[in-house]
Amino acid sequence: MSKVPADLKYTKTHEWLRTLPDGNIEIGITDHAQHALGDLVFVEVPETGRALKAGEPCAVVESVKAASDVYAPVSGEVVAGNPKLANEPETVNTDSYGEGWLMRVRPAAGGPAAQLLSPAEYEKLQQEEGD
Amino acid sequence: MGRQTPLFELHRELGARIVDFGGWDMPVQYSSQIGEHHAVRRAAGVFDVSHMCVIDLKGVRVRAFLRALLANDVDKLVRPGKALYSCMLNEAGGVLDDLIVYYLTDSWFRVVVNAGTRDKDLAWIRKSAREFDVGVLERTELAMLAIQGPEARTKAAKLLSRVGAATALELDTFVGREIDGWFVARTGYTGEDGFEVMLPASDAERVWRELNALGVASCGLGARDTLRLEAGMNLYGNDMDENTHPFESGLSWTVAMEPRERRFVGREALEKIKAQGSERKLVGLLLEDRGVLRSHQQVAVPGVGTGEITSGTFSPTLERSIAFARVPAGTGQQVQVDIRGKLLNARVVKPPFVRFGQALVPLQK
Repeated sequence: MSKVPADLKYTKTHEWLRTLPDGNIEIGITDHAQHALGDLVFVEVPETGRALKAGEPCAVVESVKAASDVYAPVSGEVVAGNPKLANEPETVNTDSYGEGWLMRVRPAAGGPAAQLLSPAEYEKLQQEEGD
Repeated sequence: MGRQTPLFELHRELGARIVDFGGWDMPVQYSSQIGEHHAVRRAAGVFDVSHMCVIDLKGVRVRAFLRALLANDVDKLVRPGKALYSCMLNEAGGVLDDLIVYYLTDSWFRVVVNAGTRDKDLAWIRKSAREFDVGVLERTELAMLAIQGPEARTKAAKLLSRVGAATALELDTFVGREIDGWFVARTGYTGEDGFEVMLPASDAERVWRELNALGVASCGLGARDTLRLEAGMNLYGNDMDENTHPFESGLSWTVAMEPRERRFVGREALEKIKAQGSERKLVGLLLEDRGVLRSHQQVAVPGVGTGEITSGTFSPTLERSIAFARVPAGTGQQVQVDIRGKLLNARVVKPPFVRFGQALVPLQK
């Protein structure tokens, strides 16, 4: 069973969100997602300053097998992409909820537009998908 | 649910992720695809290739039959046990399949064809075999294991009798023979040394476990694909199919146009193509920018035209992305590949990319 930390929010498309002390939101892909993808060999994160619309593809994670889109769980402005992933994409496999974060976003006023899941709801989703 | 090999339950027990491959439920990886790839380049790994189709062809005119059926010439096979790689073509010169053919005796040859083309191939072979009075027997009771890597032969030999082991270790490359009730051949699809072993299905699970106990890693089709691409070997359905001919698929070396009097299916079409010159060619690409090349990405050749990636992946050995691409014949050293709307630079290189654990393409210009 994959790890689902209790202090995060999740999406149906397997992203996680962490609200940082400064109000920005850190975004990554879940342990379940990295496991399903396999060894990651390339990660493309959005450029700082890019305006994101909730639900749009905003990053790409590629394993040996295939490329997958990461979807913006909130609207807002990218304040940082994780620079470490350019040379060490495997960090997403080894520490998906920590060092393997993908981007930090300053959320637009009005809060998250996408429907977010609680840890319990996300665990249920994983079970339905046959984790 | 697809067809299953005799090792299906063992794959599940070993934690493999199962995917559909040509109608078969096959292990794509056990733990880490990259880890399995490196195991083969550095030590030894074992693949279940029992989904491939082993066909025995028997009859006094079997050699004449194969000389008419295949684009390569089985008359190159003079020593019993010797194997040959060949395409089987349609009349238009399109590739029906690629296969390995073994010369066993003057009235017995064995071919190994791809899983996804099994039914089509069998029908085609049976239809042509009648005229030559050649019997076509599918050997479904056999399992096939590919044991590959620099340590593969010595480890696999430990499962044989003392005499059998000595015989197996003396096999030349691309030669196979019956040893201790198995058919052992020094062949493979990884660019490393090793054996492909055909054995009774009932032996397969025990042998796999014994290989694991000797330190031979279980490897899935994922690693098999990155290994073969690094080794510069084509995959049927990706790099060539019925709509492409060998000359535009990097397979000219497998077509025997000499001797001229040998008639084989597809020869007339190939002679015309050869006279006109092939408009396209299959090349190796090494991505110079960051990213991963994938099949069906479009290739731009400035001033020449466009092409398409036929197989692409991340190369675990080179830690760069590599591919095969079908491009205009006039393509030079440099192309661009469209990856999600961005044009990235790739260099044309001559495969293989890797052989016997060593990079064969310069990573810097």
